[in-house]
Amino acid sequence: MSTRLAQGGRFIDRSSKLNFSFNGRKLAGYSGDTLASALLANDQMLMGRSFKYHRPRSVVTSDASEPNALFNLGREGSFEPNARGTMTELFGGLSAESQNHFPSLEFDVGAINAKLSRFLPAGFYYKMFIHPRPFWKHIYEPFIRKSAGLGRAPKARDESTYEHFYAFCDLLVVGGGVAGLQAALTAGRAGKDVLLLEQTENWGGRAPVDDIEIDGKPAGDWVDAAVAELASMPNVKTRLRTMGAGVYDHGYVLGYERLTDHSSGAGPRHRLWRIRAGHIVTATGAIERPLSFAGNDVPGVVLASAVRDYVVNWGVSLGDRTVVVTNNDDAYRTAIALKRAGVEVPLILDARAAGGGVLAEEAKALGIRVENGKGIAEVKGGKRVSGVAICAQAGEGATLEEIACDVVAMSGGWSPVVHLWSHCGGKLTWDADAVMFKPDPEKGPIGADGTSFVSTAGAASGVLSTADVLADATGKAGGGDVPSASDPEMAAIEPVWMMPQGASYELRSKAWLDFQNDVKVSDVQLAAQEGFESVEHAKRYTTLGMATDQGKLSNINGLSVLSNALGSDIPQVGTTTFRPPYTPISMGAIAGEARGEIFQPLRKTPMHGWHEENGAHWEPVGHWRRPYTFLLEGETVEEAVSREVKNTRQALGFLDASTLGKIIVKGPDAGKFLDMMYTNMMSNLKPGRCRYGLMCTENGFLTDDGVVARIDDDTWLCHTTSGGADHIHQHMEEWLQTEWWDWKVFTANVTEQYAQIAVVGPNARKVLEKLGGMDVSAEALPFMGWADGALAGIKVRAYRISFSGELSYEIAVPAAQGRALWDALHEAGEEFGAMPYGTEALHIMRAEKGFIMIGDETDGTVIPQDLGLHWAISRKKEDFLGKRAQARSFMDNPDRWQLVGLETLDGSVIPDGAYAVADGVNANGQRNVQGRVTSTYHSPTLNRGIAMGLVHNGPDRMGEVVTFPKVGGGEVKAKIVSPVFYDPEGEKQNV
Amino acid sequence: MLILSCPNCGELKDETELSAGGEAHLTRFGPGSSDSDFEGYLFNRENPKGVHFERWRCSSGCGKWFHAARCTATNEVFGTYSAQVTEPPQEIRDVVSAKRPGWTWRDLS
Repeated sequence: MSTRLAQGGRFIDRSSKLNFSFNGRKLAGYSGDTLASALLANDQMLMGRSFKYHRPRSVVTSDASEPNALFNLGREGSFEPNARGTMTELFGGLSAESQNHFPSLEFDVGAINAKLSRFLPAGFYYKMFIHPRPFWKHIYEPFIRKSAGLGRAPKARDESTYEHFYAFCDLLVVGGGVAGLQAALTAGRAGKDVLLLEQTENWGGRAPVDDIEIDGKPAGDWVDAAVAELASMPNVKTRLRTMGAGVYDHGYVLGYERLTDHSSGAGPRHRLWRIRAGHIVTATGAIERPLSFAGNDVPGVVLASAVRDYVVNWGVSLGDRTVVVTNNDDAYRTAIALKRAGVEVPLILDARAAGGGVLAEEAKALGIRVENGKGIAEVKGGKRVSGVAICAQAGEGATLEEIACDVVAMSGGWSPVVHLWSHCGGKLTWDADAVMFKPDPEKGPIGADGTSFVSTAGAASGVLSTADVLADATGKAGGGDVPSASDPEMAAIEPVWMMPQGASYELRSKAWLDFQNDVKVSDVQLAAQEGFESVEHAKRYTTLGMATDQGKLSNINGLSVLSNALGSDIPQVGTTTFRPPYTPISMGAIAGEARGEIFQPLRKTPMHGWHEENGAHWEPVGHWRRPYTFLLEGETVEEAVSREVKNTRQALGFLDASTLGKIIVKGPDAGKFLDMMYTNMMSNLKPGRCRYGLMCTENGFLTDDGVVARIDDDTWLCHTTSGGADHIHQHMEEWLQTEWWDWKVFTANVTEQYAQIAVVGPNARKVLEKLGGMDVSAEALPFMGWADGALAGIKVRAYRISFSGELSYEIAVPAAQGRALWDALHEAGEEFGAMPYGTEALHIMRAEKGFIMIGDETDGTVIPQDLGLHWAISRKKEDFLGKRAQARSFMDNPDRWQLVGLETLDGSVIPDGAYAVADGVNANGQRNVQGRVTSTYHSPTLNRGIAMGLVHNGPDRMGEVVTFPKVGGGEVKAKIVSPVFYDPEGEKQNV
Repeated sequence: MLILSCPNCGELKDETELSAGGEAHLTRFGPGSSDSDFEGYLFNRENPKGVHFERWRCSSGCGKWFHAARCTATNEVFGTYSAQVTEPPQEIRDVVSAKRPGWTWRDLS
């Protein structure tokens, strides 16, 4: 059984007991435990079920590379799936549940898949579910989706908070083992601004576990001294529980700090560090590789380094009898550590014929039996290891002997953690002697200056002895004093990609490569046999390395099996691509503070508060909120809109038009410039007059429209659409700065400087006259004119323009006066029947008049000529943006869809977005189409459905009836008519 | 996440503070130009692996446009310069020549 030893455990505080629960059971651990170590101390070896075959699983590691020990943590708003037990610090009250089983962890019906594993090889789903074709979408996929997936997606809203943090440094060191500490010390002593990150809660990495001496003292003491020295340096910052998640161009790094995961404490849960570093040293260590033998996934088969970690760091023994199996010397440390802790080690199996070096001798001296050239044929046991069958590594797996044991500590060698080096393009090289891919220092990720901005230090560089690690780290951080270190002499590692070397299919189909995605040696061999020769293809076919652990344990073993199956060398096969983040980070951390109300800043007009108090039903328009309509007590939205339209047409309506874009264009060349920006002539506009203008892109398509007013000889004010102000201003600036930079023109976006109110309806002039202060008569201020003056004592600029077809003034005032004028208008307007109206009434009234709306009648493929706006396109001008494009054969052509009005025969409303069908079907068997609706409303004025649409050759087909099928059946017939439904002579606006 | 130095305001700007504006030094073809000239101006772009000249805007800074010379394969930045030129200035071309001997871009080298 696994148990807490009476002594030992560097990290735990036995005086501080913590209660937690697992699958509803109350258990206890110590402060300093991880969830994994605490479960093991409670003899809870079974921790979850595997993804595909629902095999019983337990921890394989003690660190971030853990594939199996995944848990659901917390409840409701703090629920989190797929938390790795090895990285989850224990705290009082922690509640964890195991995943991927039904009905319980101990008894799981899905485990039947394991019995069927012979029939579920790599690519099974692709082959099995391809016929008949329609079954995929409706039967197979829903079923597979239901049975797939680890953990559960949280349903409740995340109640935690998160934050972003920006940091800058000369040198960023990722990894707080001895290499990282030494690099930070070296750079810190040289006066550099240093930031040192460590993903776990403890400094020092593996050296203190491995019984190393540095500068003549135990590694743990050296680590303590190093941390103390770093703390004394004002130019060095250090952070525990902070992972270097990803490296990006030009020294940008994301750090992921877990602030309160290890407690039930208050404050943000995670912090995303957005770091700009002058240089980055990745001291990220190495990950031990599993060995591929039959039954290597049975609970109790654990990496040798992890078995050692549990004993030394947490005082936990995983079992009473541990068999060690290895192809290198490092695993002997585990046997020695266990023996010293009083745990029995009946046997060390060394796959190398010649065996190990000094450490092997030390193990033998402790009385441990060592067998060279031997390996494991098969692990015995189901939910727990009960023994191992031993075989010759060079053979095919004939059992020589069976040994009873409850733990197997395996080591297949070490792979440098090269992820951060590789994220931004650092290349790797295969070291056949050390049996590892390691960074090629000549081919690092290139920074802005053309040199590598990342260096690796220590085991991440591929050096494994402490002396080499310290020397490498010192050099990479700029050079300095290198501490001395004692390392035992190590015999050479030998590659072992399958155990035994000639394993039968029977054994290979039980030898796991990827524990999380249930990929076996036989699956990768099958992929190779079926032609998936590229490592990237084999990965996707077998799902090797595609789980949440991203193949930290499985990648190298998998590609080695693949290269053997293909008969090619490992470096030729290469690795898959390493992508950030190093381990999964929370979506909350990525979002940071940008949630809820502060997700996006809201733009508010000066009258926003009034709207809020007066029943505004809001509509988002860009970042603005505009009232869609103003609801009176007991009214529906439709009723309110209809009332607003009628009231404006019959009496008086006020619209908050402040969001309208307003751009000042000024300078000696302003007229020439506007003649280029607009399709019509603006240079000959007289001061005091307004003109409606169209703007096209250089591709000829209509992009914005609005009324331009000439203020004085060299000043124009350009109104744009509400959503268009910013990008039209940028569009103007782009041409001024990058094409016509010698033209003397200034532009300024003054949209927010002014509040603007449309005063609309037959009583519009009366209310303004009542306010008094300026002459607003038809003579003094004719249609399409503007004048400066005062109303109710407020300085205003009044434009005689109309988007509704009624008598209309738009009154602009400095933003700070907007609310005052709005209030004064309402007070004065009461006797004239004044009411505010919203954007929907605005839209309906413009549609009744056949005025186009950018974004409704246009979609980036429509030219002004399609909309019957030839009158607004100058024939006199030699050039304007879009002129050349509109001369292309397919644009200068009547055979296009063009704007018409559509009058339904039965008075109903054509559905939004409906298409007019034509005879016949296209190549896909769909009805041919001859037009589509662009705007469609119920007109309260005419009491019938009206629409505008683009119809093939539309203007030449007046009176024809076209048919619009409805979604879900039925159709609407509509007659092609003029788009101007209301007051075609314009008598109402021009009074 | 590039960092470019804006030659107008002199600030080092993060990519998130900038807007990319595509290929630099296009010649505008307007009314009267041939179909192939206009097509080339509007649609055809270089797609080099290596030396490239681009337009950028200091959108969350001074708002001004500028040019950058960059290696698309490594993201090495050879320099940034004024938007108000029709081809890369000699000093930028000298830097590129020193770091990428034999480079070509359109008809420049």
